[in-house]
Amino acid sequence: MNGAVSADRVVAGVVDPELPMVTLVELGVVREVTTERERVVVTVTPTYSGCPAMEVIRADIRAALEQSGFTGAVVRTRLAPAWTTDWISASGKRKLAAAGIVPPGPAPRRASGPVPLTLRVRPPAVACPRCGAAESELITRFGATACRELRRCPDCREPFEHMKEI
Amino acid sequence: MGFDDAYDALTDHDDDSRWAYGTGFTDPLAGVPADVPDGVSRADLATYALMLGDDALILSHRLQQWVTRAPELEDELALANIALDLLGQARLLLSRAAAVAGAGSEDTLAFGRSAGEFHHVRLVERADADFAQLVGRLLVFATWRLALLDRLTALRDPVLAAVAAKGVKEVTYHRDYAAQWVVRLGDGTAVSRERMAAAVSTLRPFLGELFVAGEVESRLGAGGVAVDPGEVLAECRAVFRQVLAAATLDPDGLDPGDGDPGDGDPGDGDPGGTGRDGGERADLVAILEEMQGFARSVPGGVW
Repeated sequence: MNGAVSADRVVAGVVDPELPMVTLVELGVVREVTTERERVVVTVTPTYSGCPAMEVIRADIRAALEQSGFTGAVVRTRLAPAWTTDWISASGKRKLAAAGIVPPGPAPRRASGPVPLTLRVRPPAVACPRCGAAESELITRFGATACRELRRCPDCREPFEHMKEI
Repeated sequence: MGFDDAYDALTDHDDDSRWAYGTGFTDPLAGVPADVPDGVSRADLATYALMLGDDALILSHRLQQWVTRAPELEDELALANIALDLLGQARLLLSRAAAVAGAGSEDTLAFGRSAGEFHHVRLVERADADFAQLVGRLLVFATWRLALLDRLTALRDPVLAAVAAKGVKEVTYHRDYAAQWVVRLGDGTAVSRERMAAAVSTLRPFLGELFVAGEVESRLGAGGVAVDPGEVLAECRAVFRQVLAAATLDPDGLDPGDGDPGDGDPGDGDPGGTGRDGGERADLVAILEEMQGFARSVPGGVW
């Protein structure tokens, strides 16, 4: 056990394997760091059901703790409530923006009744991170990873990524 | 670290990070309690989790077969992402089935069962003859699954409810993607319209099964654990009509009727029987040969 660095601090330093500019805590994937019977227990909530990064995330958390002297750490999965982009912290959103990925706006909320169908592509409310144009067009809602969509600016013609709200 | 062996380089740094069959994937439900709600049959709950999981697993496989064959790179990414979401749902649901049954794992359930032991609906099994069939089936499946998962979030099994809550967010995107393509093709050129209309007509025989509760669903439904698929009929019908009308196709083209399964008349294109009960059907056997071949030839193989 290393008394100089807390387990919280160690976990707070672990970055996301696919978005290494932000930490797992900033992304809201790490929900809690506790100690049970002298073992560190880290509770995580997966982003997307099929996100392949979850395997690496678990391993990276354990490895970081191990290197700081916290042996035998346990990474526990918490499924509910489901992860939402609303959990990304202000600093996380700033870092995404600095890396050219437009951070998500507020996640859509539904009062009651069936999930509404979107037949038309949503109104272009995402501003271009390069030239600042207020509107952009959607190229595809499914980007390089499950959490990102690809957009294009009609003014500067540059494509860019936007983290979609869920 | 030596790079003489590329596999070594990939797997060198941590035992948990080898991305291959049988090489240390963590149970996606690691740390989630395996308890079941009071008064619920473990056997029924395991079967129900398999039904929901197999639907996702088999369709994911069919979508994966489109990778490198999609008409555009953007659709390639979309289909791969949708397949990945469904595979993730399947992993959670198969893991839940294994935990509840107290036997096996997601791997033994995915790779170790024979055709007769799968529980998906017939809709997900068939190969797509063209892109119109792909988006048509995806529209039907995502609409139906979204309605089921949405109701499941309020039911009594905490793990199924949590998996469903996450799934609702994902399948909402899948349905929008499919619906937008059905509209684009239906309201497109003469060729695309003809293909979309033909694709819709091939789906109809598979609709009846989607809305009829089997014995397991009925028993679990009474205990507040499973959704009665008959409950989602009206919602699905409304969505199908909305999409087909926007696509300028016959709005009743995907009408499931009163929810009765087909009458078994091959002249109507009725496939006969349900998929939920398993069976040695040629389409399924072909999928399993591809999906399970490696795992079965090298049991527990590591690299």
